[in-house]
Amino acid sequence: MCDSCGCNITPGNQHLPQRGEAVAVLQGLLAENDHQALHNREHFDRHGVLAINLMSSPGAGKTALLEATIARLKDRYRIAVIEGDLETENDAERIRAQGVPAIQITTGSACHLDAHMLHHALHKLDLENIDLLFIENVGNLVCPAAFDLGQRANVTLLSTTEGDDKPAKYPLIFRAADLVLLSKIDLLAVLDDFDPAKAEQHLRNLASSAPMLSLSARSGEGMEAWFEWLAQQKCSHQAVNRRSKL
Amino acid sequence: MHELSICQGLLRQLLPIAAKHPGRLIQVVLRIGPLSGVEAALLQAAFPIAAKGSVAAEAELVIEHCPLRVRCPLCDAESEASANDLRCGDCGNQQTRLTSGDELLLLSVQFSEESNHV
Ligand SMILES: Nc1nc2c(ncn2[C@@H]2O[C@H](COP(=O)(O)OP(=O)(O)O)[C@@H](O)[C@H]2O)c(=O)[nH]1
Ligand SMILES: [Mg+2]
Ligand SMILES: [Zn+2]
Ligand SMILES: [Zn+2]
Repeated sequence: MCDSCGCNITPGNQHLPQRGEAVAVLQGLLAENDHQALHNREHFDRHGVLAINLMSSPGAGKTALLEATIARLKDRYRIAVIEGDLETENDAERIRAQGVPAIQITTGSACHLDAHMLHHALHKLDLENIDLLFIENVGNLVCPAAFDLGQRANVTLLSTTEGDDKPAKYPLIFRAADLVLLSKIDLLAVLDDFDPAKAEQHLRNLASSAPMLSLSARSGEGMEAWFEWLAQQKCSHQAVNRRSKL
Repeated sequence: MHELSICQGLLRQLLPIAAKHPGRLIQVVLRIGPLSGVEAALLQAAFPIAAKGSVAAEAELVIEHCPLRVRCPLCDAESEASANDLRCGDCGNQQTRLTSGDELLLLSVQFSEESNHV
């Protein structure tokens, strides 16, 4: 190989400079978002707010899960919800009907929430009087996983009507989950092609050890285990916060 | 599709770098892994649209792909994997650790010799 005829240019180095000035940068492409997410996380920790990011395809039952969760836990925790949606205020109104504050972020054409949108919404909430903040991300199995919001945990819902191979088709969002919820299990009886064991197998193949719980916001089945998971998260968040303040 | 907003973020990252260099920005090199959450092809398509009228208007976007690799804590093997199957290629263990594949990086930029400021 020589330096004159171009035979030393391989697919791996073809972009290397021939002349002019090359400048190494090595920065994350989401550095802006990650920086803001860090700042959001500090907000949450300072005020003792446990922030949970809910992700799923549209219609998997995020809002229904929140309604049932608030109805059950609002006497135990001070809850608030940030709703991300392309257009309407509908979801926020459903949450307010449960008697807790809800901020709607309408993202327009953006298919996910980012840390800046969330930060903007945070300033409309009285964080000092919130124990548990749910963030309902835009219904989308692709984009939300790429953007850290500053949450403490990710919960990804997979409803029984979607097919048990979704974790294999959308690995990123299921890999990002700290908890996977199989929702609408009241429908399992009529959906003979959804196999929860297969869904779990697909999840494990993503090298995820996140727990997977089955529940139905409609029938109430399986909801206790979800409430227990939340209580554990709340507990461990408080412990971490206390230690960091020592 | 968030590739356009990622491009816009990229352009904001390029601004201070371009301000420090006299040449024209002619090339931007990224490294993107299959588990980064970003589609290289969509980014490639969005870049000229986002870059129009910016410091990178004439720059070529080069995307370096990187392989998906996992390391197994049981047998210590490192193996190639696919996005929806990250099991150890040697022993089949499911609890592997990603060693490469989620990168989303601005690696380097290239400026031309001739100066902008004549
Ligand atoms: N059968 C059944 N339907 C449900 C359940 N949870 C939600 N749904 C229905 O699924 C649809 C979408 O629910 P929604 O909570 O708005 O989904 P989101 O888009 O993820 O917020 C609505 O018609 C709900 O009534 C459930 O546990 N069982
Ligand atoms: Mg909803
Ligand atoms: Zn997006
Ligand atoms: Zn192994």
